[in-house]
Amino acid sequence: MSSDEDESMSEQEEQTKSGKEDNGSVLDYIMSLESVPSKLPPHLELLKTRVLCKIDAPQHTDTIQYSGAYAALGVDNSIRLDNFRQNFKVQVNRLTEDDIEFDMIGIDPALANAFRRILIAEVPTMAIERIYMANNTSVIQDEVLSHRLGLIPIGADPRLFEYPENAGNEKNEKNTIVFKLHVRCERQQPRITVKSNELKWLPNGSELPSEDIKPNSSSKPKTFTSFSCSQDSLPEFSGNPIAPRNLDIILAKLGPGQEIELEAHAVKGIGRTHAKWSPVATAWYRMLPEVVLLKEVEDELAEELKNKCPVGVFDIEDIGKGRKRATVARPRSCTLCRECIRGGKEWEDRVALRRVKDHFIFTVESTGALPPEVLFTEAVKILEEKCERVITELS
Amino acid sequence: MFSVGKQLPYPVVGDAGIDKQFLAAPIKSAVDKFQLLPEFLKVRGLVKQHLDSFNYFVKTEIKKIVRANDRIVASKHPNIYLRFKDVRIGEPSIMVDGSPEKITPQTCRLSDLTSLINKQGYSLDCAVKLYSVATWKYAAPILVNVEYIQGSPGQMTRVEKNDVVIGRMPIMLRSCCCVLYGKDEAELAKLGECPLDPGGYFVIKGTEKVLLIQEQLSKNRIIIDTDKKGNITASVTSSTEAIKSKTVVVMENEKIWLLLNQFPKKVPIMVVMKAMGMESDQEVVQMVGRDPRYSSLLLPSIEECAKSGVYTKEQALEYLESKVKKSMFITDSSEKEGRAYSVLRDVFLANVPVHQNNFRPKCIYVAVMMRRMMDAILNKDTMDDKDLFKTMISEAKMWIDKFLEKNNKTSRFDFSHVIPKPLLAVQWSACDNIEYISRDTITNGLERTLSSGNFDIKRFKMHRKGMTQVLTRLSFIGTMGHMTRVSPQFEKSRKVSGPRALQPSQWGMLCPCDTPEGEGCGLVKNLALMTHVTTDEEEGPLISLCYYLGVEDLELLSGEELHTPFSFLVIFNGLILGKHRRPQRFATSMRKLRRAGKIGEFVSIYVNEKQRCIYLASDGGRVCRPLVIADKGISRVKEHHMKELTDGVRTFDDFLRDGLIEYLDVNEENNALIALYEGDATAETTHIEIEPFTILGCAMGKQAMGNIAYNQLCRKDTLLYLLVYPQRPLLTTRTIELVGYDKLGAGQNATVAVMSYSGYDIEDAIVMNKSSLDRGFGRCIVMKKKAVTIQKYDNNTSDRILRPDRTADNAGHMQILDEDGLAAPGEIIRPNDIYINKQSPINTRTQIIGSAANLPDSAYRPSREKFSGPEGESCVVDRVILCSDKNNMMCINFLFRHTRRPELGDKFSSRHGQKGVCGTIVQQEDFPFSERGICPDLIMNPHGFPSRMTVGKMIELLGGKAGVSCGRFHYGSAFGERSGHADKVETISETLVKHGFSYSGKDFIYSGPLGVLY
Repeated sequence: MSSDEDESMSEQEEQTKSGKEDNGSVLDYIMSLESVPSKLPPHLELLKTRVLCKIDAPQHTDTIQYSGAYAALGVDNSIRLDNFRQNFKVQVNRLTEDDIEFDMIGIDPALANAFRRILIAEVPTMAIERIYMANNTSVIQDEVLSHRLGLIPIGADPRLFEYPENAGNEKNEKNTIVFKLHVRCERQQPRITVKSNELKWLPNGSELPSEDIKPNSSSKPKTFTSFSCSQDSLPEFSGNPIAPRNLDIILAKLGPGQEIELEAHAVKGIGRTHAKWSPVATAWYRMLPEVVLLKEVEDELAEELKNKCPVGVFDIEDIGKGRKRATVARPRSCTLCRECIRGGKEWEDRVALRRVKDHFIFTVESTGALPPEVLFTEAVKILEEKCERVITELS
Repeated sequence: MFSVGKQLPYPVVGDAGIDKQFLAAPIKSAVDKFQLLPEFLKVRGLVKQHLDSFNYFVKTEIKKIVRANDRIVASKHPNIYLRFKDVRIGEPSIMVDGSPEKITPQTCRLSDLTSLINKQGYSLDCAVKLYSVATWKYAAPILVNVEYIQGSPGQMTRVEKNDVVIGRMPIMLRSCCCVLYGKDEAELAKLGECPLDPGGYFVIKGTEKVLLIQEQLSKNRIIIDTDKKGNITASVTSSTEAIKSKTVVVMENEKIWLLLNQFPKKVPIMVVMKAMGMESDQEVVQMVGRDPRYSSLLLPSIEECAKSGVYTKEQALEYLESKVKKSMFITDSSEKEGRAYSVLRDVFLANVPVHQNNFRPKCIYVAVMMRRMMDAILNKDTMDDKDLFKTMISEAKMWIDKFLEKNNKTSRFDFSHVIPKPLLAVQWSACDNIEYISRDTITNGLERTLSSGNFDIKRFKMHRKGMTQVLTRLSFIGTMGHMTRVSPQFEKSRKVSGPRALQPSQWGMLCPCDTPEGEGCGLVKNLALMTHVTTDEEEGPLISLCYYLGVEDLELLSGEELHTPFSFLVIFNGLILGKHRRPQRFATSMRKLRRAGKIGEFVSIYVNEKQRCIYLASDGGRVCRPLVIADKGISRVKEHHMKELTDGVRTFDDFLRDGLIEYLDVNEENNALIALYEGDATAETTHIEIEPFTILGCAMGKQAMGNIAYNQLCRKDTLLYLLVYPQRPLLTTRTIELVGYDKLGAGQNATVAVMSYSGYDIEDAIVMNKSSLDRGFGRCIVMKKKAVTIQKYDNNTSDRILRPDRTADNAGHMQILDEDGLAAPGEIIRPNDIYINKQSPINTRTQIIGSAANLPDSAYRPSREKFSGPEGESCVVDRVILCSDKNNMMCINFLFRHTRRPELGDKFSSRHGQKGVCGTIVQQEDFPFSERGICPDLIMNPHGFPSRMTVGKMIELLGGKAGVSCGRFHYGSAFGERSGHADKVETISETLVKHGFSYSGKDFIYSGPLGVLY
């Protein structure tokens, strides 16, 4: 057994690298011996792989990661890369412009959660960070308007930009996108609603002078940015100008005679600093629902069970002689409302609601800067980078 | 064509063509009377008691006051007089260079004084005007028509003059004198006024002042109580236009005494009776009642009187003369008839009038007082509970009228004192004595009273402090709550529990929940939703009506007849009118007349079986509320009435006029049996509540941040808290809709997880989601006002504002200044920044040589104003308002705006008083999330629930969740489940289940950091 533990230690260290060939073959040999039980007994297997959702609380929610957890039974619990490779599967269920739903099977919740956390907080996007308010006579306060502008998703690929810190806080064409907003509601006109489509991209950088203009200086006045070239001359943007992703976001309302004139500078950042840089509206997963009928549910009870579920998990099948039996037809749609196991002990004994611990139904709702599938691969890249950093730090 | 084999979903019509479903449906019995409420509020409104009182004052009372002392005669020349013929209130205006100019409340709010320049220039289109008037308040002139004698004593001419201004009256907003009266929403907006603002307050010196509703013991009523020594007393607080006095009759050592301020020591009551002409002891005994128990109680008093050797009226008066307090100045009249006599006539039981020296009504009154005392001795049940609400009256009646009355008198005194002097000096030549009317006495007196809240009326020996308060503008609902507050007569510091307890008679009149914690608990109250406070009503016609209906006049009754069995005394506003042999019949016919609209709707008729009295009341200050009349338990309001109401054919007043609804005051409620719901009515039921939840007031979120008014950004409050994104609550109540809370919300809807998290949530702390805060949750605006005055000094020098020196050392702190030396609106201001570059002259005392404008720079020292605020907080100069104050000096108001997001230690609360501070702010990825990706905005600790038992909050949690999932606002009105104004928890749970949630509202959630199900 001690060899097992050694194994697992080396395994853990070398998770990212490929396992040692000879070690693996020795283990395979041991596993193939008849006296070694390769499987857990079913009741333990259930607790290991499933969360039991009871009426008031889930049970056995934790994952058992320790390689020697079942050592006494002679079962190896270590994670092995080739096993993972074999079992790991990704299945895309739905993919639209803004969101994706896919199944991620055969992965530990800690890893699935890491992707979720990175998606929310660490994948960068562009967002408006500085506002230069030239004029604002509307009722909306400068700060509030700036805050609203900041939350607008910008349809620009953040991979094409640098972090502003890298350039020593110099604002150049590589790290800043400049927008202009100039709206005025003429007198004797009805009120107007300013929407995000009024934000106009300035590929040549800021137009506002940063200092008082000297009347007789012939040189171009200094502005808030120092672009060396126009952004639309760059090949990435020449075909598709940068604009807010949604053009119908209400920014302000103007009454007759009111005017807003401002310049907005968008920079690259991550969601941990401020939620405006988060590339996702939200990203989350749920474990695969598993609904099991522990007893045969027939006739009226079957009918009752079918009607109980508001999302239609159960169905009824005819078993002949005019008898009916309940079946689990659509377990995936279970929302854990627990209506089916409400109504006393007998129902709890009939139906079991479970969650599969290593099967995740992952949903990513993008704000639009990047397509959702790209976001996920970005997240994987970031995790990879982090792992590499750990390895380099350790070695 | 019929499709074969397809069955109809369910058989709708049976064979005989009978709709079985229709037949099986329960009979719709209860009429939904909810619609009456908005109609009631349209007619009466939440602050109607203030407006009614003020309207009554300016329309009726002020005329009465002036009529009461209309003739002013010069003391030395009786022929010279001045007579006020009529009085009225003009339009709100201000005097500009001698000519009146109309004003609106908003201009008064904005200016402590005069010219208005809004530097930013977009929110106000105010012309630059320089008014030269001293006080800036929302006031209208008091105009009188006068008639007076002019000329020298030899040749006098009578002159009449109309519309003479004798003073300026502060005007209550939305009253009948106000420019806002009867204006619709668009017109109000044009005047810069919020259409939802209730009015009912004054604007004095730019601040809004509310006259609080005062609660005091009822006047002119006999109250039986025990004093400190345990003696039974009967006391009457008399109040007439002329005098206010308190008469106490006390039983001490088995004898009955009179306590009156004018007698330093107590005097035997029998002596007083004799002094009033009741020489026969037998008649006194008869008047009290022939029951031997009464006589035996009275016997010691009679013996006491005999012991003092008082047998006749003259002896009694002589005896009293020796006891009476000697007054400082003795007028001729009292000398003649004896001071004791005049005290008995004018002060003793002042509410009972003495006509032509007829003291009999007073004697009977005393007899009734003694009888009630003896009843109390014989039977403790008949004791009045002083704390019982029925003997209390909420005095919304404007104290101002009393005050003005006094002021009018001072103005008369001024007048008669001032006139004779020039008379002596100038020999009453062509001097126009109208010039001598002092306008400022009334104007300044009223202003001082309203702005300080101190009411001192020497004549009535009344000194009240804190009668007015600055209207709280923390939130819209806080303002509403402030307007309905009832302030107590007791000092708050007294450690008594009796008056603090909730009285059963407060049911429906005062809110049972809305009272402050701490010293004012139970003393400071709030009116319920449908409460109305009455104003005075003409007494004369009602009295004669009583006589027509068979009340036997007191004058015609002998003492013996007074208390014959089966006859009841009729007492009208505390005055004994006589007796009636068939009390129930009398009461019924009076009520019929009231329901038919023949007498005022607020007249109350109350039959007290125990005291064998019928109490009629038409005086002001009683609280009452409308109820639906039921005949033998069947409501008079029928479905078709309500339909007419919703169609707009019928109004609330029509309901009153048709006798479907009537107002009952606290006393008359004792004669009624009121069913809470129509279904509960039995054959004995006389009335049915309109809506059960109207027994409550509106007490929610007084400190909550949100919107305060539609014109909130055009106001000039010293401190203003606004929410950037206020929301309507998902779980609303009918009250919320009635008071307009849904239009001017305070607060936001939050996704709340009730769970334990991180340990930073103990002791009611809450954990907040950083991303929610990033996205604008709980973001608020704090506005602060700073005022700088440009002083003018006695030596003609004055402060000056200088253009900032851009090259100076401190130029960095002067960056935000404009060329005019004032901070520019929209600039970000940091601590230590200068917002006004002001300089003051060094020499402000001694006269300077030459023109003050040409002072050298060296004669000034800088007195710049620095902005002080916490480090790291960036504020913005929101507005700069220039105006001149009452001393005609320029006053510059700066409004600083600070937008802040919630921080650690900020206090948050639900609507159920579950308050807590923010304990920590956590990243969204660390927050738990549900199976559908829902991530809460904040996390509350579940330990706050069991001990506080806030069941309402549990329902709100469910209702809000159901509301957000089905897209419909849910209702949670109190007592509303039965009448359909609140969603039942069962139906809410059903909605939750329908949308795939657990019926209990509990969700399974995943841990943010670990990624597993909790």
